[in-house]
Amino acid sequence: MPAEIYLNVAVSGLLTGLVYGLMALGLSVIFGVVRIVNFAHGEMMTIAMYLAVALFSAYRLDPLAMLVPIAAVLFALGYVMQRGLINPFINRPEHSQFMLLVAAALIMVNALLIAFGPDARGVQTSYAFASYALGPLIVDATKAYAGLAAVTVAAGLFAFFRYTLIGKAIRACADNYAGALVVGLDVKRLYALTFAIGSACVGACGSMMVLLVDVTPPLGPTYTLLAFVIVITGGLGSMAGALLGGVLIGVTEALGGLLFTPSAKSMFTFAILVVVLLFRPQGLLGKRLT
Amino acid sequence: MTRRRFVGVGLGAGLAGSLAAQSFAIARAQGAAVGAPLKVGVLLPRSGVQAGIGQDCQRGVDIAPGILKDLGLPELAIMNADTETNVEVARARAERLIGEGAQLIVGAFDSGQSTAIAQVAEQKGIPYVINIAAAPPITEQGYKFVFRNFPTASMILADAFANQKEIFAAVGSAPKSVVFMHVNDTYGTSMQKGIDAVLSKADMPYKILDTIAYDPAARDLSVEVAKAKATGAEALLLVSRLNDAMLLTRELVKQRWTPMAVLSMGPGWYEDQYLKTLGRLADGPISFVPWYDPNKPLSKALEAALAKAHPDVNLNTNHIYTFEALLIAADAYKRAGSADPKALADAIRATDIGNNVSIGPGIRFDAKGQNATLKNAAIQNRGGKLVTIAPKSAANAKPEWPLGPYDKRG
Repeated sequence: MPAEIYLNVAVSGLLTGLVYGLMALGLSVIFGVVRIVNFAHGEMMTIAMYLAVALFSAYRLDPLAMLVPIAAVLFALGYVMQRGLINPFINRPEHSQFMLLVAAALIMVNALLIAFGPDARGVQTSYAFASYALGPLIVDATKAYAGLAAVTVAAGLFAFFRYTLIGKAIRACADNYAGALVVGLDVKRLYALTFAIGSACVGACGSMMVLLVDVTPPLGPTYTLLAFVIVITGGLGSMAGALLGGVLIGVTEALGGLLFTPSAKSMFTFAILVVVLLFRPQGLLGKRLT
Repeated sequence: MTRRRFVGVGLGAGLAGSLAAQSFAIARAQGAAVGAPLKVGVLLPRSGVQAGIGQDCQRGVDIAPGILKDLGLPELAIMNADTETNVEVARARAERLIGEGAQLIVGAFDSGQSTAIAQVAEQKGIPYVINIAAAPPITEQGYKFVFRNFPTASMILADAFANQKEIFAAVGSAPKSVVFMHVNDTYGTSMQKGIDAVLSKADMPYKILDTIAYDPAARDLSVEVAKAKATGAEALLLVSRLNDAMLLTRELVKQRWTPMAVLSMGPGWYEDQYLKTLGRLADGPISFVPWYDPNKPLSKALEAALAKAHPDVNLNTNHIYTFEALLIAADAYKRAGSADPKALADAIRATDIGNNVSIGPGIRFDAKGQNATLKNAAIQNRGGKLVTIAPKSAANAKPEWPLGPYDKRG
């Protein structure tokens, strides 16, 4: 097999992995602060993908240009969900939280089925079939744009948590819940904001993902599982870990498919998960719980 | 008798009585005399990864009543059900349809789902007419209530190789090497096993450099296409479904690879959704598929009915074989004179319909319940339409060869 094929496949896996990473980032942010695993994460991304498809079909609006508005819609959805639905469950047992979010996910899938039907839908942008040739390397233009957008959004999120007052307050809630209450932070509002930010992440990711794959309502659970695997691999609550996990899974899937059999791509994803759980249960960049 | 035993016996008796009453009700409904419409349960993958094809099959159901009426056949009461592209759901829905009084089952496009339905139909003793499913074992089980008016994988392969040779001879060119890509579902693996078994005897001008299996529900096929391209094969030999056919085409364009030919031995590449979604990029692939004889009078009637109901949809395998399954059901019901399952099954076994749509002498079943007389065609996508290029007897166009470069299609 020619050597450049490995490079092509690895770059393709890296770009896809960045988008996966952004999706998992939202899940990681929510868990890191609110301590709730959003089992409706993939379904929320599917909603964002359908928004992108609807805007493209109706007004020919490019999903990448709609990234911010769609993220804003998901931000609002996340805020309302947290305040109205999830907040009463914050101190309830984990199985109650799990059932609540699984129920929300089922409602989302079925609402999408009612609204859009079961057919796969996609967008055909002017660059949908474009690619760049850099010597022997051929880069899929859509994946390149999506990967760049994922890096930009992730960088913005890192900056938000590091340099803004609200970001610092959210981190304070995550580090010391009681301390945050003592210094007078409005923890409930910050939890809602965090859930909204995580949802906005997944909204932005949906705008990019619709460029890579066609959307169907049952797509959500697949991506919820994938985000969960990535976050566990990278380290629950670690933002950098989520990105690293995404890239690792993306590249491993691609190279595993090339070197072995493409049918077994997802097998490699779960193999990584098993290895990480065995030898570094806190995840690659996660903190060991004491 | 203790209180506990009394309650246990009472519940058991109640349950048995209820089941008996239900069975009686089903038997009575399923044995209704002719005059009332025959209740036909139509199981198709209306959602899930095969939703597009399942809904296309439904068009064959929708246009059937008028044509059947014109043929003087009895009315059918259609009971629709969705397999959700899932074998276990297909099995459960078949049981439910029979429980609700379906007197005959039709479906289910997919070999895995059809296998599950066949087991239920045989167990319940309700006739099952398969519209589309090619895995050979379905009609090799000695079933008495299962009938298939669709070629098996080995029949499709034999005709595909014969038609390929005819095309290669007509254009004076043939690929020396191919890469074989196939879905890893029941149909795909049946075809792969069939190719392994018959290729050496088929005397084809090409050799298979690599075989690449993939998941029909895959979201990204870039690795698969990169791997296929890296083999250096001149042409692509495929067994696909619809969504993956579109993904493969996109990757061929993005990875700047135009093989000499795309030779498909399954669905996907000729579907309307494929043609509409990909526009000019859809032109060129050749599909070797069970098709219709455009010269038969009933084909013209079916084409006209479809054009009236769906002016922008081309008549294809999904419509043809789903319609013919209903034709078989109505014809058998008329001859049986009853909806009794055994009488219906006996009538189907004695089917002899010459006025049909598919290529071949007509519809008749062998002892295994298989119509072994069906013939396949080679069709090519051209400008959003489908033309038949082989066999010569059913052709209405000459092959365009080789595949036009993807980067010069505007």
